[in-house]
Amino acid sequence: MPATPPASPGPGAHADLEALARRGRLLVLESTNAAGAGHVGGPLSAMDLLVALYLRVMRIRPDQPDWPDRDRFVLSKGHSAIGLYTAMALAGYLPVDELRTFDQAGSRLQGHPDMTRLPGLDASTGSLGQGISVGVGMALGARLRGLDFHTWVLLGDGEMQEGQVWESVAVAAKYGLGNLTMIVDRNGMQQYGWPLRPGETHRGDRRDPFGDVAARAALEAFGWRVLEIDGHDFGQIIDACEAARAAAGGGAPTAILASTVKGRGFSFTQGASAWHARAATADEVAAARAELGEAAQ
Amino acid sequence: MSAPQRDVWADTLVELGASNPDLLVLDADLATSTKAEKFARAFPDRFLEMGIAEQGMVGTAVGLASLGFVPWLSSFTVFFTHRAVDQVRMSVAQTRANVKIGAAYSGLQLGFSGKTHLDVQDLAIMRAMPDMTVLAPADAAECAAIVRWATATPGPVYLRLGREAGPDVFGADYVFEPGRVVRLRDGADVLLVSTGQQTARTLAAAGLLAARGVDAGVVHLPSVKPLDTAALAEATAAVPLVVATEEHSVLGGLGGLVAEVVTSHEPRWVARIGIEDTWGESAPNAWLLERHGLTPERVAERVLQELARR
Repeated sequence: MPATPPASPGPGAHADLEALARRGRLLVLESTNAAGAGHVGGPLSAMDLLVALYLRVMRIRPDQPDWPDRDRFVLSKGHSAIGLYTAMALAGYLPVDELRTFDQAGSRLQGHPDMTRLPGLDASTGSLGQGISVGVGMALGARLRGLDFHTWVLLGDGEMQEGQVWESVAVAAKYGLGNLTMIVDRNGMQQYGWPLRPGETHRGDRRDPFGDVAARAALEAFGWRVLEIDGHDFGQIIDACEAARAAAGGGAPTAILASTVKGRGFSFTQGASAWHARAATADEVAAARAELGEAAQ
Repeated sequence: MSAPQRDVWADTLVELGASNPDLLVLDADLATSTKAEKFARAFPDRFLEMGIAEQGMVGTAVGLASLGFVPWLSSFTVFFTHRAVDQVRMSVAQTRANVKIGAAYSGLQLGFSGKTHLDVQDLAIMRAMPDMTVLAPADAAECAAIVRWATATPGPVYLRLGREAGPDVFGADYVFEPGRVVRLRDGADVLLVSTGQQTARTLAAAGLLAARGVDAGVVHLPSVKPLDTAALAEATAAVPLVVATEEHSVLGGLGGLVAEVVTSHEPRWVARIGIEDTWGESAPNAWLLERHGLTPERVAERVLQELARR
């Protein structure tokens, strides 16, 4: 039920971003294959969101990562690190070849984002629920300093189970942080979770943070502005982000609930909970290349 | 008697806030207890109430610090070192964020709060954290000096603050240096090593020991981390027995630190006086200090016992 965002310009309007996201998804598989470790499902579900943010939405200077007026970005779901590094590489923060060092000894690309190692990271994350609080501090600090940058925080929907998220949801509304936007990668799956229905053996698959709590209603009750979008539609992603930025002075923080598919992009990863945390094999990388065909070249 | 450290902390922040517009205080709804309310009254725009939500408060401080603010946090020590310890670990220490933790209500003297609020493991937990500076002032003068130093020095700081007033140890001209081993009294028979408000009681114990013919030295470690370990080893080298005494568990705190440092250099007897492996309880402060052997009289008795055993 996408509601608020204006109509999208239609298919093909963002062909450049779509091509970058396809390339990014393949890079995720290649990087986890090179590392022999990593998470795949979450980075693939978030790839379109990350590409839209880094290549279109955010006001950033990849060649000047400490630019004081830059938009801030926090990957609160830090285990999608390889997805973030890939988007940053596509944006020019680091060489694309460096992605192959992911998770290796001495790499700037740690298993979870480490801001002390990689310029351009605004926060270190990994233990879930903490990034949103750091984002609240950035948005509050911007308000106190009179700076007009926007702070974007990407969370997982499973991450919404962390109590700290709701501490910060409450404080962000209390301080009227319209300059803060939380984007929820709502892929509806988590590592183990609950059976979807009583008696079902398949687990880890749900739509809302607690299986039966409506995220939109909960966030609205806390005073947030909520937009629901298709997290794989670049038109909707960009429109929602622009609407969020335009409302920065309005006093309510914005939550963009982006419906996504975990493992999006390849027939064998899509919707498969086994890909939450595992590396791609060489055969799987080859299969992914074949699926992308010309588009990935 | 010296002013309570919680008041000294708040008064010093008010003093610093007048000339430092980046100084903020974030509170998790304990401002009347921690005395952060003094800062709130002086600088209402730079006092940020975070509600009863310590984990979120710690993370928010990290975001504010990234913009050049110097956030001091107001809550009880137990809520930093136990409830929000993961936030302190990952968001603050691992990023070396310029966040200052004002850990009020430390140690045993909590005025009837009981074991839920007594935190006698904080030094053990915080000193095991890389990139964290862990400080425990003896009195008001040292507390004020530390607040000034910590506010001016980039990086994470954990400051252990007592609730109750205690005897003065230092003069108003005291200068704090991180890592310094502060020699308070020389003695050839035994060296007493202390930190925080236990130091005044340790000095008194040394006086009692002198009356019993025992020449006890005293050193004070306001900086549990970092520490000039060479200076501590040197201070302990000339005595046959080293006794660590602290208003903290005997597991992993000052006693652990002293044992690690001293025995890394040469074999030496180290005794540890503190709260044995047990929880606290509700009781008058004086009763708790007596119960856990931390009064000057009990420390002196224990030192005599330890000397007799060797």
